[in-house]
Amino acid sequence: MDLDLTAQEVAFRDEAREWLAANVPADWAERRRRDEPMEERFAYLRRWQRRCFDAGWAGVHWPREYGGRGATLIERLIVIEEMARVGAPHLPGVIGLEMVGPTIIAFGTEAQKQRYLAKILSGEEIWCQGFSEPNSGSDLASLRADARLDGDHYVVNGQKVWTSYGWAADWCELLVRTDAGAASHKGLTCLLVDMKSPGVTVKPLRQMTGESEFAELFFENVRVPVENAVGQVNDGWRVALGTLMYERATLGAGMQVTFRRQYERLAEIARQTGKSGDAVLRQKLAQSRMEMEVMRLAQMRSVSRIVNGGVPGPEGSLQKILWSELNQRLQQTAMEVLGVYGQLAGGAEAVDGGQWAYAYLRARGNTIEAGTSEIQRNIIGHFVLGLPRSY
Amino acid sequence: MRFDLSDEQQLLRSAAREFLTKELPMAEARRLADSGDPHDRRLWRAMAEQGWTGLAIAEAHGGCGLGLVDLAVLMEEMGRALLGGPFFASPVFAGTMLEAAGAYEEAARVASGERVATVALVEEGGVWEPEKLGMTSGLAGRKLFVQEAAAADLLVVAARDAVVVVERGAAGVEMGEMPGMDTTRRLSWVKLAGPAGKVAARGAAAVAAIDRAIEVATAALCAEMTGGMQRVQDLAVQYAKTRKQFGQPIGKFQAVQHACADMWVMTECSRAAALYAAYALDRGTADARFAVSVAKAYASDAYRECGNRGIQVHGGMGFTWDNDTHYYYKRAKASEAALGDANYHRERIARLTLDERGEGNEPRA
Repeated sequence: MDLDLTAQEVAFRDEAREWLAANVPADWAERRRRDEPMEERFAYLRRWQRRCFDAGWAGVHWPREYGGRGATLIERLIVIEEMARVGAPHLPGVIGLEMVGPTIIAFGTEAQKQRYLAKILSGEEIWCQGFSEPNSGSDLASLRADARLDGDHYVVNGQKVWTSYGWAADWCELLVRTDAGAASHKGLTCLLVDMKSPGVTVKPLRQMTGESEFAELFFENVRVPVENAVGQVNDGWRVALGTLMYERATLGAGMQVTFRRQYERLAEIARQTGKSGDAVLRQKLAQSRMEMEVMRLAQMRSVSRIVNGGVPGPEGSLQKILWSELNQRLQQTAMEVLGVYGQLAGGAEAVDGGQWAYAYLRARGNTIEAGTSEIQRNIIGHFVLGLPRSY
Repeated sequence: MRFDLSDEQQLLRSAAREFLTKELPMAEARRLADSGDPHDRRLWRAMAEQGWTGLAIAEAHGGCGLGLVDLAVLMEEMGRALLGGPFFASPVFAGTMLEAAGAYEEAARVASGERVATVALVEEGGVWEPEKLGMTSGLAGRKLFVQEAAAADLLVVAARDAVVVVERGAAGVEMGEMPGMDTTRRLSWVKLAGPAGKVAARGAAAVAAIDRAIEVATAALCAEMTGGMQRVQDLAVQYAKTRKQFGQPIGKFQAVQHACADMWVMTECSRAAALYAAYALDRGTADARFAVSVAKAYASDAYRECGNRGIQVHGGMGFTWDNDTHYYYKRAKASEAALGDANYHRERIARLTLDERGEGNEPRA
């Protein structure tokens, strides 16, 4: 075991740290707590991505030929952790950077790479993914949005739901059925769809937090050029799965740093309010702190396995279970530390502008989004432990 | 970065797996646990010949001079095989304390396996933290929960102001059994009435030696617990694949499958935490104490929970004496109680991260 960073990695980290120290907008810490229209917030974040892009800090893991730095997995995690450490704004083009871009790099044609990749990095074009449908959530392969060939176009009809950034997106990576006769996951194709195409309707989906991070997408006779299929026709399941692997592998990466920041703040509040002397709360806080550390270590071990010649496997499911369930317990503990103030969503009396009430509610979705806890346990049961498929 | 075993460590693991599979098959581990004397002298000599009794003791002091991660690798295999007797008590706990206290001659004889030692630490009421001990170097009073005292030649007595080495047969030493649920490691009370002994360390040096031995032994115990979790998981998964109800393997039912998945998650997490604790202690990192507490708080709850899930997955069979799981479940309870349970270590984490400001992931030692 050797957990030290190499000299090169240390230099990389220091470079990232130095750039972030000089460039993270000073007003973000205050601004993030403020209520502002989604569009304004998004424009602000888009400018931040542009700044990162100009300095080479967007999509560092992308190959150099497509505008990235060709960073190793460890260097990529360093950037994610450093950004989380200083509480940098998030990059609004995350779907493109982490999922669609890598998919196009892996499966796309040269023309697609030239057309889309640079604008994903710079944030000039924002992407969303149209995967889930009202009747196809965990059972994604049963999806029914269909694309029929009409000359040199597909004609797409159907509905998608739970689309992150759907309301802001310029483009959509859309999973549709192109062969109704094939077995469920064999007749699917991934299409790159211009969201400004006639027949595309976007409706915000209001969550229990009150905000609308997600959208519902409606496609009515939307014409998509055939050259916009990414990967082989009817091979969309493999293309989409590749994308989902990226999603699971990266979604939890910065989490442990964010959790740590939240813990430090909670500890501070607990000391100020005298709650840090409460034996029961001490146990609960320490439990959360322990879980964060275990998650960090389990993640390091997974990364090490991949770096030292393995392939990404069930680690993503382990991470997904850890961060999502940890966060729900952490936010409950936060509520107990804040006591009666925990419920305040805003106003002068709220602690930290009401962000704890928000985090508490938002955490409910963690065990559902990006594959439910039940699905993750099915994956572990079947693919790791070799138990028979339960569904 | 490599958060995994080196090639040498992987060799050590497969050698240990092979040795224990051959020398300590489950039927033999059960026989020893049920025999009233889990210390198998023949097995002990064979392990000593492998160099295991001196694995983490310095070469200059008669050991192999390997690191604590190597020890963790070995302990995980031992936990998996349900090795009982004085291995944990003697080379791991007492050996570390003797070496840390500067009793190199005794440490060397423990490292060679020639002598068996055990640590007398816990006092009335379950008190065991070095600064709370009541016994002084005069050695008058009782020590409790002493592991494998019956097999030991030497008692390493942790007193408030000294580490004292006492021959088990010395005048003024009396002992008796404290029957525990885990019969793979016997517990004893030891009554001391000022027996003759060799003072290995005094004052601050003694406290430091006791403290070091506790940290090392705790990390090693967590690795051993991980091995037990792995075995319980394997047994449960195997059973879930073969046991049929309603015409299909019970492992096809999500309630059962998810219980197995949780056992896997707990085992993976426990392994990562135990390996890191050993690594941190070995390297003397600033967060070593925190790492040990994270590992023990986690493993204490997780091994017990894994054991319980293992029993439940086996259904009625899991509640029988014939099934192997209960031996592990009992070991889990004994290990949970030893050297601080989850509540104790969570409180220590709270002291390191809640009461002091800004130390973050590098809690002050």
